[in-house]
Amino acid sequence: MNIANLFRIAYRALLRNKLRAFLTMLGIIIGVASVIAMVAIGQGSKQSIHDQLSSMGTNMLTVQPASNLNGGVKIAGASFQTLTIKDIVALKTNPQYITEISPSVSSKGQAINGPLNWPTTMSGVDPAYLDIRKLTVKDGIAFTENDVLTSAKVCLIGQTVIDNLFPNGENPIGKIIRFGHIPFQIIGVLSPKGFNTFGQDQDDILIAPYTTVQKRILATIYYSNIYASAASEDVTDQAVQEMTDKLRASHRLRDSEDNDFTVRTQQELIATLSSTSGLLTVLLTVVAGISLVIGGIGIMNIMYVSVTERTKEIGLRMSIGARGKDIMMQFLLEAVLISITGGVIGVCLGFVSTWVVTATLGWPTIISESSVVLSFFVCAITGIFFGYYPAQSASRLDPIEALRYE
Amino acid sequence: MSETKKALEIRDLKREFIMGSETVRALKGISFDINTGEFVTIMGSSGSGKTTLLNILGCLDKPTIGNYFLDGVDVKKLNRDELAVLRNHKIGFVFQAYNLLARTSALENVELPLLYNKDISVSERRDRAMDALKAVKLDNRFDHMPNQLSGGQQQRVAIARALVNQPVMILADEATGNLDSRTSYEIMALMQDLNTAQGKTIVFVTHEPDIAAFSSRTIQLRDGIIQKDTKNENRKSAKEMLAALPVTDDYNISS
Repeated sequence: MNIANLFRIAYRALLRNKLRAFLTMLGIIIGVASVIAMVAIGQGSKQSIHDQLSSMGTNMLTVQPASNLNGGVKIAGASFQTLTIKDIVALKTNPQYITEISPSVSSKGQAINGPLNWPTTMSGVDPAYLDIRKLTVKDGIAFTENDVLTSAKVCLIGQTVIDNLFPNGENPIGKIIRFGHIPFQIIGVLSPKGFNTFGQDQDDILIAPYTTVQKRILATIYYSNIYASAASEDVTDQAVQEMTDKLRASHRLRDSEDNDFTVRTQQELIATLSSTSGLLTVLLTVVAGISLVIGGIGIMNIMYVSVTERTKEIGLRMSIGARGKDIMMQFLLEAVLISITGGVIGVCLGFVSTWVVTATLGWPTIISESSVVLSFFVCAITGIFFGYYPAQSASRLDPIEALRYE
Repeated sequence: MSETKKALEIRDLKREFIMGSETVRALKGISFDINTGEFVTIMGSSGSGKTTLLNILGCLDKPTIGNYFLDGVDVKKLNRDELAVLRNHKIGFVFQAYNLLARTSALENVELPLLYNKDISVSERRDRAMDALKAVKLDNRFDHMPNQLSGGQQQRVAIARALVNQPVMILADEATGNLDSRTSYEIMALMQDLNTAQGKTIVFVTHEPDIAAFSSRTIQLRDGIIQKDTKNENRKSAKEMLAALPVTDDYNISS
């Protein structure tokens, strides 16, 4: 008995009852299609979160003042003033894994252009900040080190602020606006970045030299943050270590003392958000997997009915020379053929429904090869697993009784 | 088939069934040989052991005591799988209810035993199935489904299926039981033709005496033993009987 003949026998037997074969497949088709679509949706949302965070710079590091004890009272980190020009100097000395460094201070206030005003935030930063945050100047120019040295009253403007202060579409470059009491000349327009993952409008911003904001608006020598870039995404951990060491030295912390700052990386954020959407993917996949199992039980059910219904056929096959294992292989192959054919149709349907989701709802989707391969594999296993017992019971029939079965 | 080669030998064969605490002795010790080229009918009323003997002859069942040699092979020594292979190679079954696969063409039905024979190639399988259908004069019905064929035609497909593996013997179980007398005669004429013209060994189990008249030998069973084993001196020709049938009976025109 060769496998080609067995295959032919099983194939012919299925063709004799196309509708039943199709109905049996339906569970598998729906199961596979939903696995593929669900994983595609899950992967798509994961990727889009990752892309958004990457657009902020995946190798970006931020230093914040940490919460600390002050005479036994825990003080919130943000109100702590520890980061100064000394730290910047320390960080810029012999950098190994750090490429760009920018202090940051910010001030909330009203931006005013004649009769129009708009509440916004002014960030005071170094020119390197634009590289660190992957910001680009669309029109005009960025400010320079010289502007930082002279605390020049120049600023870059975000799209949202333009929309509110220059509603008639005038060119804002060269215009003077006021932020609080201080007049600033607009020298460049930032490329719009839209809303970030947390729903913040990244274009509602004015950017000026940090010295200007420190001296002319806040009257402080402290920074609220320090931004830096690691040389690459891979050396982020080393960069964190380097910054921690340098800042501890600069702050003269003893070994027994905790850091009075925290260094955060984008990686942590990506990991947190990815694990959330990863969990979602797992849940969706489990639900889809359950439908595959139900599809498999459907196969088992039909195969059992089929064995009973075809008892006489089995008796005939045995009488003309089919051995028990031939009968077993026939029914097993029928089950596997059903599940694999169902799998193929399911994969196609999965592709179509994924496409429909993207086209109609605009959700990002990514069809992963692994989900296609896996669901295919699961199909074959399902066929063998759920086809085995019916096939075995068929193979054990007594040919005499099977022939007389009515 | 002038030399008398033995197709099968049965030696002091007994078959007992355990039914609860009772032992039912269906066959109580029978012996006979069948030579190649013989056309034997096995007759007997119900309860005579006819069905049990048929199952043993067909290698579907094994004797409790005694021996059965089919084409020189001792059936008793074979296991379930070996019996299946033996059935495939040496026996062609013809059943009362035809037992064709539904929604399967005549040609594919005839091919079926060859699918379980791994020595046969695809093209040889097709050729042999076609030849077998031609031998039963159904060469224009290759693609017909069983439900498109008359009872007599279906039984001829079944005979073609029995012939296709070139068996040692054709074993027919009440093969004319579902057919009207005209079609029965047609089938018997075909059987006689296979027997005399092609030398096929045929064992035909029946309870109809007029069917037995077409065979060359009749074995009469009663209560598990052979009551009578007689050569048929004046064997009837089914072809002549068919010709003698009144034409008015002929409302079922079969090809």
